[in-house]
Amino acid sequence: MSIHRHQFSRRSILAGAAAVGLTGTLAACGGSDDDSGKSSGPVKLTYWSWAPNMDKVAAIWNKKNPDITVTVSKQAAGKDIVSKLITAKKAGNAPDLIQVEYQSLPTLVSNDVLADISKYAKSAKSQFAEGLWGMVTLGTDAVYAIPQDSGPLMFFYREDLFKQHNLTVPATWDDFAKTARAAKKAVPNAYLTTFSSNDPGLFAGLAQQAGAKWWTVESGGKWTVGIDDAATKKVTDFWGGLVQEGVIDNQPMYTPAWNNALNKGTHLGWVSAVWAPGVLVSSAPDTKGKWRMAPLPQWSAGESVTGSWGGSSTGVSTDSKHAEAAAKFAAWLNTDPEALAALVKEVAIYPAATKGQSGSVLTTPAFFPNQTDFYDTAAKIAATTAASAWGPNVQVAYDTFSDAFGKATKAKKSAQFDTALATMQSATFTDMKKQGFKVTEA
Amino acid sequence: MTSTPLKGSDLTAGPLADGTATSVRPRPRRLRRRGRSAPYWFLVPAVLLFAGFTVVPIGYAVWLSLHKVQVKGIGLGKGAREQVWNGIGNYTDVLHDSEFGHSVLRAFGYGLIVIPAMLGLALVFALMLDTPQARSAKFARLAIFLPYAVPGIIAALMWGFLYLPTVSPFYYLLREFNLPQPDLFDGGNLYLSFANIAVWGGTGFNMIVIYTALRSIPQEIYEAARIDGASDLKIALRIKIPIVMPSLVLTFFFSVIATLQVFTEPMALKPLTNGLSSSWSPLMAIYDAAFLRSDIYGASATAVVLALATFALSFTLLRVSDRYTREDRA
Repeated sequence: MSIHRHQFSRRSILAGAAAVGLTGTLAACGGSDDDSGKSSGPVKLTYWSWAPNMDKVAAIWNKKNPDITVTVSKQAAGKDIVSKLITAKKAGNAPDLIQVEYQSLPTLVSNDVLADISKYAKSAKSQFAEGLWGMVTLGTDAVYAIPQDSGPLMFFYREDLFKQHNLTVPATWDDFAKTARAAKKAVPNAYLTTFSSNDPGLFAGLAQQAGAKWWTVESGGKWTVGIDDAATKKVTDFWGGLVQEGVIDNQPMYTPAWNNALNKGTHLGWVSAVWAPGVLVSSAPDTKGKWRMAPLPQWSAGESVTGSWGGSSTGVSTDSKHAEAAAKFAAWLNTDPEALAALVKEVAIYPAATKGQSGSVLTTPAFFPNQTDFYDTAAKIAATTAASAWGPNVQVAYDTFSDAFGKATKAKKSAQFDTALATMQSATFTDMKKQGFKVTEA
Repeated sequence: MTSTPLKGSDLTAGPLADGTATSVRPRPRRLRRRGRSAPYWFLVPAVLLFAGFTVVPIGYAVWLSLHKVQVKGIGLGKGAREQVWNGIGNYTDVLHDSEFGHSVLRAFGYGLIVIPAMLGLALVFALMLDTPQARSAKFARLAIFLPYAVPGIIAALMWGFLYLPTVSPFYYLLREFNLPQPDLFDGGNLYLSFANIAVWGGTGFNMIVIYTALRSIPQEIYEAARIDGASDLKIALRIKIPIVMPSLVLTFFFSVIATLQVFTEPMALKPLTNGLSSSWSPLMAIYDAAFLRSDIYGASATAVVLALATFALSFTLLRVSDRYTREDRA
């Protein structure tokens, strides 16, 4: 290089410093915009949500409440939003309102992203089923979010193909295994469904149904990690056995191949949640009117318990300077009849609020014209949702699930399913211990 | 993926700048004094951007890599987390993490397939296009280069679709003709599947680099060779390849770095299969730690280790190639 470093003059350095100073001032100008709501005029709130059309619901509020304006900022869904929020909190500019999946609540509370809004929102409690409300309080006196939607697990099956091959709709998991074998026998290239390693949420929901408690807080102020508890082991062995036997497919969900299997009928069913019709519309467009929904199979006959897969809540961030206004909006959004109707219609969610589950807004899904009592059945199932127990490092457990169970499903070996569960337990426990949590293993 | 053309022009600018700097005629004194600070003025925007978007973030990453989070009690609510000094703790964790070591080995294994295949094809194509007999060379050049213009993520998604047995037209043909249907997401095949995407996307760019070098060879050399009775093949082997060696070294060097940073292809194909762990390549491991496990401290340490290793490797390669080309000149 031909640049002579020693010739760097003082003037240039000063000029450089001036330039830096200038950009500094510019940055300061840009930053001051955010605080404008503090003084006079309407309170301005930003709302991070990944749900489509959420801005249309916010528009209804804005029209009715000129003094509190909510602006929706569309975000990436689920697990991506968590690290983004933690980073935003570190920078001191987390949005006022946040859409949070239930399993991410403890992580965000632990990172001091979510404010306790019990002062403003305690009255909303009566609007929700006890299990749902428990998820937003984390079993404490605080309230960290207002439940928005829920995803009770159900069993979806191809009514036409079940009839054609004389298959029975399983009431218990034993029946489910029998149906899986019968289906394989009737259509050798087909499966009842798949065990997917790329969505831990379904596995968590199935464990929840079996009575698993993955994270619990003792009264003494100590976490217990019990991912490999008896209930989860039962679920793992069940699916691992069926995959090894070759009667349940092992390919991941949400791939072009999986869509094809649903559309062409080489998957005869799907263990999914209340939002399944929305997925089937795009994944299996040729099968409209051929599906039917039934309650999730039970571990012992006569029981009725389900788990949940997905669902989210609305929280207020600790960075918000208008926590009261934000909490007011969160409560309105998830309990007001007009807001609930708009959420169902525009955002296509299944409301968490009890009264939202029985209203006339929930009409039969267009994809299920043959099941006119879809939402009546759904409401009955939703009421049986088992309590869930989330911890402060769900993302580590989920991440380990995908890798460990990915290997096991690929190998189609039941023994490896057990190893995968043990890996999930140890990785989650070790991570909490390393971070300094007071924690023991179950 | 291959390196960006930007990096290439950076390197080639070096000798050019040297050449022009020496040929500048001396100017009158007053002008020269005023002109002396001018280069630095021109440098200011670049230096500021470089500092703001490269030096400061790297410094912050190093700082993060020396810290960790300490949780108190059950870790809920305000003040439950504290950022504390961790010394080289994160670094010893990285070096003891066998999964990270495996990811580096996997990246090298992938490179062993990609680099020879991609550069070999690029060289062959460039030589073929450079022969006088080449027909519709312009069209062929564009056609070979075109995949490079397809964004890596799109290419990976497209190939992923073609790799899935139930939806791929290739598998349909294999089934029709009763041929074996390999699982392209299984173990060793995974490397071939990724390498195929990289070769498809990267050959064009490397071919252009080599081809450009070929075009700059004076025609007189070929004439002399032909008079001496050399065939086209001999000309290619004895004259063209030795002369474009520096370009080959350059493209090799970029490809090695790109190999260590492989991310797009495995990341895009990951949702399609069970057989791909979230830390398959080094960059995937870093991404996973930082954005899925929210462990930015460990991720920073891993990133620093990977950067240092890449730097050491590049430096060594540069030294070796430098010596090689210098000997060549002598």
